[in-house]
Amino acid sequence: MDDTPTPESSRYPARDHEPIVRFRDACVEINGRTIWRDVDLEIAPGDFAAILGPNGVGKSTLVKVALGLLELHFGLVTVLGGPPGEQRQQIGYLPQRRSFDPSLRVRGIDIVRLGLDGGHWGIPLPKQFLRATTRDRQRRVDEVIALVGATEFAERPIGQLSGGEQQRLLIAQALVQRPRLLFLDEPLDSLDLPNQSAIAALIHHISATEGVTVVMVAHDVNPILPYLDRVIYIGPGGAVSGTPREVITTETLTRLFKTPIEVLSTSDHRLFVVGQPEPPAFHSDRHVHETHDHHLHQHSSDQRDVAPPHQHRVVP
Amino acid sequence: MIGLIDVLGPHHVPSGLSTNIISDISQLLTYHFMVNAFAAGTIVAIGASVIGWFMVLRRQTFAGHTLAVIGFPGAAGAALLGASITLGYFATCVAGAIVIGLIPRSPSGRPRGSESALIGTLQAFALACGVLFVSLYRGFLDQLTSLLFGGFLGITNTQVVTLALVCLVAVCALAIIGRPLFFASIDPDVALARGVPVRTLSLIFMILVGLAVAEASQITGSLLVFALLVMPGAAAQRLTNSARYSLMISLASAIAMTWCALGAAYYSIYPVGFYLTTFGFALYLLALAIEWMNNTRSSRSRARLRGSGMRA
Amino acid sequence: MQPLVGISNMLLLPFMVHAFVAGGVIALASGLVGYFLVLRNQVFTGDALSHVAFTGALGALALGIDLRYGLYLGCVGVALLMGFVGRRAVVDDVVIGNVFSFVLGIGVFFLAIYATQSQASTNATAGVNVLFGSMFGLSFSQTMLDIVIGLVVIAAVMALGRPLLFSSIDPAVAEARGLPVRALGMCFLLLVGVTAGEATQAVGALLLLGLLATPAGAAQLLTSRPWLALFLSAAIALVSVWSGLVLSYAFPNLPVSFSILALVTVIYCVSWGVALFVTPRHRRPEF
Repeated sequence: MDDTPTPESSRYPARDHEPIVRFRDACVEINGRTIWRDVDLEIAPGDFAAILGPNGVGKSTLVKVALGLLELHFGLVTVLGGPPGEQRQQIGYLPQRRSFDPSLRVRGIDIVRLGLDGGHWGIPLPKQFLRATTRDRQRRVDEVIALVGATEFAERPIGQLSGGEQQRLLIAQALVQRPRLLFLDEPLDSLDLPNQSAIAALIHHISATEGVTVVMVAHDVNPILPYLDRVIYIGPGGAVSGTPREVITTETLTRLFKTPIEVLSTSDHRLFVVGQPEPPAFHSDRHVHETHDHHLHQHSSDQRDVAPPHQHRVVP
Repeated sequence: MIGLIDVLGPHHVPSGLSTNIISDISQLLTYHFMVNAFAAGTIVAIGASVIGWFMVLRRQTFAGHTLAVIGFPGAAGAALLGASITLGYFATCVAGAIVIGLIPRSPSGRPRGSESALIGTLQAFALACGVLFVSLYRGFLDQLTSLLFGGFLGITNTQVVTLALVCLVAVCALAIIGRPLFFASIDPDVALARGVPVRTLSLIFMILVGLAVAEASQITGSLLVFALLVMPGAAAQRLTNSARYSLMISLASAIAMTWCALGAAYYSIYPVGFYLTTFGFALYLLALAIEWMNNTRSSRSRARLRGSGMRA
Repeated sequence: MQPLVGISNMLLLPFMVHAFVAGGVIALASGLVGYFLVLRNQVFTGDALSHVAFTGALGALALGIDLRYGLYLGCVGVALLMGFVGRRAVVDDVVIGNVFSFVLGIGVFFLAIYATQSQASTNATAGVNVLFGSMFGLSFSQTMLDIVIGLVVIAAVMALGRPLLFSSIDPAVAEARGLPVRALGMCFLLLVGVTAGEATQAVGALLLLGLLATPAGAAQLLTSRPWLALFLSAAIALVSVWSGLVLSYAFPNLPVSFSILALVTVIYCVSWGVALFVTPRHRRPEF
């Protein structure tokens, strides 16, 4: 953890102790609505960092900005010494709530393989024609699958695996190119408690052995609390960053949210944050519910797509 | 295409629409086959639109399409075997309906995922079998187009009577189960809790759909059943939320549509299926437009109320 | 010896050679494109295109021009339109069904115009050919065009293979890796439109899904290795088309498109059987 300030003259320096991710005065707007602003944070190489905050505050948005998928409205963000979106090979990404259609008939090992060469043109040749470098690639795939403990079920169609098993393979996919930085967006949220602790331990193990900086968005800090080096808590007025002990306290969070927040600790050292305000729901939520008033609305057991908030109004 | 010339003989070509509608209609109705056509069309319009109204409500229109496609080889097979085409339609559509009704997780709405390949294969194979039967029967082009796209020529008295009986039975059945069916369609979980036999009703209804599809296919052809089955009901449900009124609108518009389509098809070379889909779709678009206008008007008035500080 | 003599006799006939070569290329293209179509849950697009193919082709015929103009224009145009419109607007079954019926109705209108224009009954069969295919009636120039188009489609799918697979299975991560997911999607739809146009000439507009969806569906039941499935999908389509041609040659009572569809459906059913009973339990497909 290094606090050397950067000289203003060189905006994108590339030194080893440099923070691997840095945000300065960052502000993001979507459709004219400010998601968050005045965000200052730094993540040092090798950190296991968590991004926390109430639902809808914009945690995933922060990850997307770091990946170069969203632009900042104002401010500066530096990733791996350069602007975001440049060094894609060095960054692994596990997006939120990605579970595969149960009928998807593609093997887990192929999904991992895509992480390695999914962007190369053409189609792969059968094993007999593989060159040495391609065989190395296959070896790397096997290696990373072993690392996440998925060797047993990697040959099965991914749609049939349990949530925990799928997550392991997806982590393997994110790791297969030996990235320096790994972004995970709520990887534990659809898992049961034993799986949550297992995957959390796995991520920590990877971070330690492979030397990967891990940035993880979470809504419940407890499964990863023992492993965290750094916590970034996002609130309406900006973000607070520091060690868990510094950030997840009644005083800090009350100051961040400008409203009384209490941090309670149970006898087994689990933390609960009480009093977090939920930000207002997206505008389009109301449209979806309005239209249902006008028409005969049926709740039949037929599968019917429920429009997530960011889609157009669905005409029933 | 069978033209009227072939049926009526070269001396009896209709002289085209004159300015006097009454004389046109009475001229039309001097032909027995036209009387049959109008009778059959009206009967089918009644049965199809009412059952179809429920299909739109229950989001089971795709099942109707599947059954119609299955009906095609049934009818063609019947023709090949020398049986009545009507029987072929009814037998296969009802059999298919029972199968769909019994499978627990069958997609009566549009299938997602790997089910799409399954349904797509089934439909393609059914159509292929139909082609086989028609070609073996050697009635190629005319038979094919009338089975697929409908026709109103050559409707026999027996056919009219059969259609009438089936329609009567179907509508009566629907009248009996109507209210619990409506309840089960809108809110199946609550209905089940109240003791409504949701699954049995679903099966019965699916059989009624089979009957309606078989009936509609005989006027519109297997591929265009939506014109009578879905379009009137869909349009009506956009126009009003009241179940009673939308059912009535659905019924009335289906009958009106059918009469206009039959008349238009009589006086022109274009087949009745085309007129039915076009009139039906026009009605549907009209209903959508009216609905959209109503929505913008009400949201504008709500905005005005809000702006003036009053509570909406 | 008999079957071999029969086959070599058959291949002496120019229309059979045309059918085999064009049919083979079309089959391969359909199998390859179809694999991704099923993978991406876009079978419904194929369904839409089968309606548009009919109406487009007959519209061209009614205007007196080569039906392929209307066919390709319609298929490619609607495929790209569906790409622009995106998934969200295509949710309501009722709207879709109504639009499809209307489109078919317009096609019937064109069919009536065309049928009355061309008094000779031989010309009127073009309507049936559009509906149900016309593999045995291809001229040399038609064959050449079909082959060229088919080869282009095959080459394109092979070139786009990996990025297309990645962006189909895992669009979020693929995008984060810098793949042009949306552009790939549009390119793919363009290929689908072109292939639909080709397949219509082989098995007809109404039976399109038999070549686009069924071989792919069968392949995905047999294996979960994506590249093997891709290859199988093309192979199954090819075997079905060629066997179908032979079958209809041997038994002229059977329409070609029926033979092809029957064979591909049999293979599909066998694949289901294999998937349910032969594949080890843990790899079985969910029902």
